[in-house]
Amino acid sequence: MDVNIDKYLRQDKMPHIWCPGCGHGTVLGSFVRAFDQSGLDQEKTVVISGIGCSGRASGYLNFDTLHVTHGRALTFATGVKMANPELNVIVMTGDGDGAAIGGNHLIHSSRRNIDITVVLFNNNIYGMTGGQFSPMTPTGDTATTSPYGNIDQNFDLCELAKSSGATFVGRGASYQPRKMIKLIKEGLLHKGFAFIETLTQCPVNYGKRNMIGGARDMLKWQDEHLVPDKKYEKMDPEEREGLISTGVLYQVSKEEYTDKYQQVINNVMAGESNE
Amino acid sequence: MSKAKTLLLQGDEAVVEGGMAAGADFFAGYPITPASEIAEGFAEQLPANGGKFIQMEDEIAGMGCIVGASLAGAKAITATSGPGFSLKQENLGFAIMVEAPCVVVNVQRVGPSTGLPTSPSQGDIMQAKWGTHGDHPIIALSPSSVSETFDLTVTAFNLAEKYRIPVILLLDEIVGHMREKITIPPADELEIVNRKKPKPEDKDNFYPYEETEDLIPPMPDYGTGFKYHSTGLFHDKTGFPRGKTEDAKKLMDRLMGKINNNLDDIIHLEDDLNGDEDVVVLAYGSTVRSAISAVNQVREEGIKAGWVKLKTIWPFADDYVRKLAEKVDRIIVPELNMGQLIGEVERVAAGKAEVTGINRYDGTLITPADVVAEIKGAL
Amino acid sequence: MSRYEVRLSGAGGQGMILAGIILAESALDNDELNVVQTQSYGPESRGGASRAEVVFSKEAIDYPKVIQADLLVALTTEAFEKYGDDIKEGAVVIADSDFIDADYKPAAKVDYYSIPIINTATEEIGLKLTANMVALGAASHFIPDLSEDEILKTIAARVPAGTEEKNKEAFKAGRRLVSEMKS
Repeated sequence: MDVNIDKYLRQDKMPHIWCPGCGHGTVLGSFVRAFDQSGLDQEKTVVISGIGCSGRASGYLNFDTLHVTHGRALTFATGVKMANPELNVIVMTGDGDGAAIGGNHLIHSSRRNIDITVVLFNNNIYGMTGGQFSPMTPTGDTATTSPYGNIDQNFDLCELAKSSGATFVGRGASYQPRKMIKLIKEGLLHKGFAFIETLTQCPVNYGKRNMIGGARDMLKWQDEHLVPDKKYEKMDPEEREGLISTGVLYQVSKEEYTDKYQQVINNVMAGESNE
Repeated sequence: MSKAKTLLLQGDEAVVEGGMAAGADFFAGYPITPASEIAEGFAEQLPANGGKFIQMEDEIAGMGCIVGASLAGAKAITATSGPGFSLKQENLGFAIMVEAPCVVVNVQRVGPSTGLPTSPSQGDIMQAKWGTHGDHPIIALSPSSVSETFDLTVTAFNLAEKYRIPVILLLDEIVGHMREKITIPPADELEIVNRKKPKPEDKDNFYPYEETEDLIPPMPDYGTGFKYHSTGLFHDKTGFPRGKTEDAKKLMDRLMGKINNNLDDIIHLEDDLNGDEDVVVLAYGSTVRSAISAVNQVREEGIKAGWVKLKTIWPFADDYVRKLAEKVDRIIVPELNMGQLIGEVERVAAGKAEVTGINRYDGTLITPADVVAEIKGAL
Repeated sequence: MSRYEVRLSGAGGQGMILAGIILAESALDNDELNVVQTQSYGPESRGGASRAEVVFSKEAIDYPKVIQADLLVALTTEAFEKYGDDIKEGAVVIADSDFIDADYKPAAKVDYYSIPIINTATEEIGLKLTANMVALGAASHFIPDLSEDEILKTIAARVPAGTEEKNKEAFKAGRRLVSEMKS
């Protein structure tokens, strides 16, 4: 794939601050390629991110970009999209930013089915702040705030988004960048709330501490545990144990929030009731 | 051409009328007593005028949402009360940092915590100034009547747009819920200010946070090709953090400077002084009404008293109060709290006049009789 | 007219606040008359003590609330006990005779009307919800500078569609209860 991704990146902001071996650059690289393939207008696109390693993504991207408070990217994104539905609105968030402090906004943005594409960088840890456990850190794992093993349960964000009303749900992984490009492109082109979880490795603050190893070992771990959605569907529950499905997990067509509100405006302005 | 119309409105409803008159086209918020009437009013009026209303999942989301809308080009407003105002503080600081114009209404009720949800208070005066962390500029206005609520809502939008700053409109439950006659002026009689925008040809050489002469950089709408970055981190003129401490000082000085250089434009107050006062009652919000009533009463008895009504609470009217303190013996500050703004009066008076407070914090009002008693006690 | 202070009190849900709003709004077209309406109620919409206050004056109204009522209406014992003594010398007091002792003698010398407000709404109008309009009709008798027509016009504009006639009827019944006692 030979595309000029330079125009989507702020070259003067390179090199990025992500650690050697971090998977975030792979997600970002996949995103810009997906954006290029989507045919969307760069000048009509806003990228919003929160706090954490994922939060830095917006600064590297050559769009209107907004780096907001911890966990709240979706609230700002909702304001941007509502105020001007012609804009393509993309949120970049992490497992701490999007699933812990911002979890409620994820639920309610999904419920509204507002046309925002979320790329959630899931590295199973609070990386930037030095390795505290997140809602996506598996039970039993070690983090700086779970030195005796994490007693919290982690959960399935894709299931959460789906059951909350998201109309596009997918999961990609840094081990499979080509698949991730395709997935993000489909998410960008989906009309409605698109939630994409991307599995990305944090060797420094998660992998090494939990005996998985460095970046190479973590990608190998992904290879051993990822199963395409179609195949996963056909597996027995026992076979699925410990495996993770990837691809477009769910997609339906449903009326989008800003379209519905425009209908309200049209009706009210025409002097009709909402019924 | 529209005509003036006379209505019986609540203060909360006057916020909606004032907002619509000022050109508000976006509201995001969360229901809370005693501010819900503001959300309800905008929910009805905005779509009827092509604007947008959204009820968010919580107070924090409401604040984030209006900042996003503002950056996309909207004139945005949210409304809340104490508990919600507490929740909004972090994103309020963000709005200050990225210089997103917006209006935040706080219809004050008695706190802390759930407090007395349906009773009036002026307990959030200091929170309006210092609620979000770190040093920062802020503008806060407080009306004392339904008409003034309309006027100050228009002023709030104008100041927000002009200075690229969130403006807090501090009502109290009395002003928010009381009904009075109000004559809404025709639209063409109102002065409406809109944010300064960069020219399209400036795109290639654009610095979103440039230190312009007036310290207020022009602000493009999202989607107009400027492709710029904003962050809550301290940043330089490009909008990006460089991690250099001198950038922090430079930005902070500019953010403060754009307000402090324009105090005459931002500070609004009224007074009724004859110049020979022994005692002056300095009040704001609904408490002003008792102050005026009391001063009128004691003047009939020959007491040399006057009143000052602060409409702008923050920035505080330092110069005015300093000069006042040089002329009068005593300044009385009635407040529906344990004494908040009185600290500012004492600071500025610096011992030149005696400063005393009248304080109620049980959800009831300070009556004219309370103020009369204090005036007489002060003589 | 200098200040004329009205306090309408009852339980939450009895519509006393709506009665206060209608009373205040009836002064809208009277350019001579200023008006301020306030209310006090608990955090919930039903039960508890509830009161609406309306202050009229031909001068500017500074203090927005009732200081000492010129006119008090009470629909419940609780409201009566709470506000019964906080009235001017010679004030008009209107109380529901089914709930408040007709022999009640307030501290101040008052013009006391014990009338069956809720009962009139239930029995005569056939709609308990119109008790607030019966009360308003009774009160309207005493309010200076405000005509019956102005109030009736506001009632028609403010009450739910379809209930205008019932509410106007209730208002007139309340007004009649007082005029019968006065004659």
